[in-house]
Amino acid sequence: MSLTPELDRRTLLRRAAAAGLLVTPAAGLLSACAGSTPSQNNDSTGQKSSDNPFGVQENSAVKVVIFNGGLGDAWAKEDQAIFNAKHPSVTINMSSTQKIKTEEQPKMATTPSDVVMNSGADMMDISTLVNEGAIEPLDDLLAAPAWDSEGTAADSLLPGTVVDGTFQGKFYVVNIAYTVWGNWYNSALFSKQGWEPPKTFDEFFALAPKIKATGMAPYVYDAVHGYYPRWALMATIWKSAGKQAVIDIDNLKENAWRAEGVLPALEVWEKLVKDKLVLPGRLDHTQSQQAWLDGKAAFIQVGTWLKNEMAETIPPGFEMKLSDYWGLGATDKAPNDVYAGAGEGIVVPSKAPNKAAAKEFLRAVLSKAGAAKFAELTKSLASTTGSGDNVQDSALASANELMKNAPKDLVKVKFWDFYADLDKESQNLSQELMAGRITAAQFVDKMQAAADKVAKDSSITKQPRDA
Amino acid sequence: MRHGVGRFVTGFLVLPVGLYLFYVVWPFLQAAGYSLTDWGGYSDRQQFVGLENYLRLFTDELIRKAFWHNVFFLVTVPLCTIALALFLAFLLNVGGREDKAGIRGVFGSGLYKVIFFFPQVLSLVVIAVMWQQIYRADGQGLVNGVLMKIGLVAEDDPITFMYDPEPFLGVPAVLWWLLLIAVWSGAGFYMVLFSAAMQSIPKDIYEAAILDGAGRFHTFFRITLPLLRDTVSVAWVYLGFIALDMFALVFIMTPSQGGPNHASEIFASVIHFNAFQKGQFGYACAIAVALAIFTILLAAFQLRITRRERIEF
Repeated sequence: MSLTPELDRRTLLRRAAAAGLLVTPAAGLLSACAGSTPSQNNDSTGQKSSDNPFGVQENSAVKVVIFNGGLGDAWAKEDQAIFNAKHPSVTINMSSTQKIKTEEQPKMATTPSDVVMNSGADMMDISTLVNEGAIEPLDDLLAAPAWDSEGTAADSLLPGTVVDGTFQGKFYVVNIAYTVWGNWYNSALFSKQGWEPPKTFDEFFALAPKIKATGMAPYVYDAVHGYYPRWALMATIWKSAGKQAVIDIDNLKENAWRAEGVLPALEVWEKLVKDKLVLPGRLDHTQSQQAWLDGKAAFIQVGTWLKNEMAETIPPGFEMKLSDYWGLGATDKAPNDVYAGAGEGIVVPSKAPNKAAAKEFLRAVLSKAGAAKFAELTKSLASTTGSGDNVQDSALASANELMKNAPKDLVKVKFWDFYADLDKESQNLSQELMAGRITAAQFVDKMQAAADKVAKDSSITKQPRDA
Repeated sequence: MRHGVGRFVTGFLVLPVGLYLFYVVWPFLQAAGYSLTDWGGYSDRQQFVGLENYLRLFTDELIRKAFWHNVFFLVTVPLCTIALALFLAFLLNVGGREDKAGIRGVFGSGLYKVIFFFPQVLSLVVIAVMWQQIYRADGQGLVNGVLMKIGLVAEDDPITFMYDPEPFLGVPAVLWWLLLIAVWSGAGFYMVLFSAAMQSIPKDIYEAAILDGAGRFHTFFRITLPLLRDTVSVAWVYLGFIALDMFALVFIMTPSQGGPNHASEIFASVIHFNAFQKGQFGYACAIAVALAIFTILLAAFQLRITRRERIEF
């Protein structure tokens, strides 16, 4: 899940050196490849206790790398303070970057950082990390006592957080931000015009002419990053075809994309495009969000990091509110399921020199105090329960509201985390569908073909999903 | 004395050659080694798989697509860049009026030289970011904005540039738009290169030709171009390398880095996808090694067919 896929010049140069140059003669990859000598693992631990469940050594140092994207990095400094209050002698060397893969991947096989927040457009492929044994299972972190509340750390987490971090039966990724996705609208404008935010596509199609009459486009989306429209498409599929259909899709089941309810869910999107309800042009995430803030479009679909990402350019009087993704109506199998989950994953590399302190730091991140600071600073919910209770903010409140009324099942799609090929194909096809170049039926055919190809490819490790 | 010279030269060469071997040649060999394994890039686990990665290359549809896109650039980038650079260099050096001072370029050629060379001082990334604004696919883009103001483009149907996979002459539109940037940014340098070469051609040859009644067309094709043969052929090889790369432009400018829907996929973007997204470093190294071999063969071939007797003057 990426917050701000942006490029800065220096990294791009470095990347160009890493992959571009190599094309002429094969130079760059090699600098990225070179040096896979196994390193010494001097992971000595100190005395373990219930207050120090991993046996953090006094006077040791731990290196923490934070992804500095839509959520910023101020919240991590608060966690650092919380950690140091308990372990004053342990030094935390914290740095933040947007280029996680560029900077951390070359170190993974030798001497990686102890804690890596693997997020953003430049994140390391999680399945590869798991398959290569490059990251540490963190089940003992879940079982450890919570930092500042009763019970274990696992008990203090919002639903879905453990599942989201579990791969091949083990818990690997601590997702710290709890994100809710949906359709955003300006509630000040809507109440002025007397518009009611729709719940189904039919209601949206009924409202759209009224929106168009004011000179506004009903809908805008990020046309540059394929995973943006894909969230919306998959949410519609889930609502229409139900949970089991998506689980089958994730499990590469035969004809999973042809299950009942999948095609109609894509056909409403085809109609939305064909009826010209989308703002003309091809905008990226911030451009489309700005167009929405500027009143050029009524709805935009994105996650709860939106407010923090656009904080500087929100016009006065603009009241952003989140509403659930639209369903198809009466035929829906899971009309009320909300697209939400824990994102912004933190991992501990297997070769990290100070794993005890790394886990202890993560325990501090999941603390009530840390989570409250996180919500306050980022206007996003943390995956620890109760983080947003004391934050006054209309956007966050609308997300909270949505979560309160949500059924226990959350919309959750895994195939793009499991299989890089399907990730790419689904992003491309989502863009094609939203550009009106393919039909819903073609989308289904092509996704099914891609899924079948992955299912047959023996070089790809299969990852089962049960729930 | 001879001995002393030998030691002196060796002394100077040891360090740079050593560095070159360690940082350039050794990684090359390592990549070739990795290309025979199934290394994923994140661990020190790797298994020898022989030539399996290379066999896979031939059945990979994405590679085939990338290959033809690279071939498109391989043909068009050198052709367009050299043609434009030659044209500009000719105008700037010998295209103007002849007078008592002899042959010269068009009026204001000094200024034009600076303007045309300007893209060369910008990094490719800066160029890409700049062209993103020029190509922006709504009314706020430079091209779209201007065309909408004068009514050539409808407000609700902007030109989509990087998001347009529709074929033009059988090649996706996005590739033509990328070609335009590549030529724009490259022509200046080769213009200067050709200018320098043209200035080394003795003026009397031109004057003799003009006395014999040759026009601009004939002076260019009968004198300038044959005498620039060496320079043009070197430029051709360089531009061939650039055409096989194109990574920065594709990576920064196209949706999904090679999109829309693989319409701008090139070797480099396929390598990047396999190595850094899919976690198949071994396979990515195999593609890279194959590309390196292809590039070397191509360069050798180009230099070979353009080789000819050199004219001394």
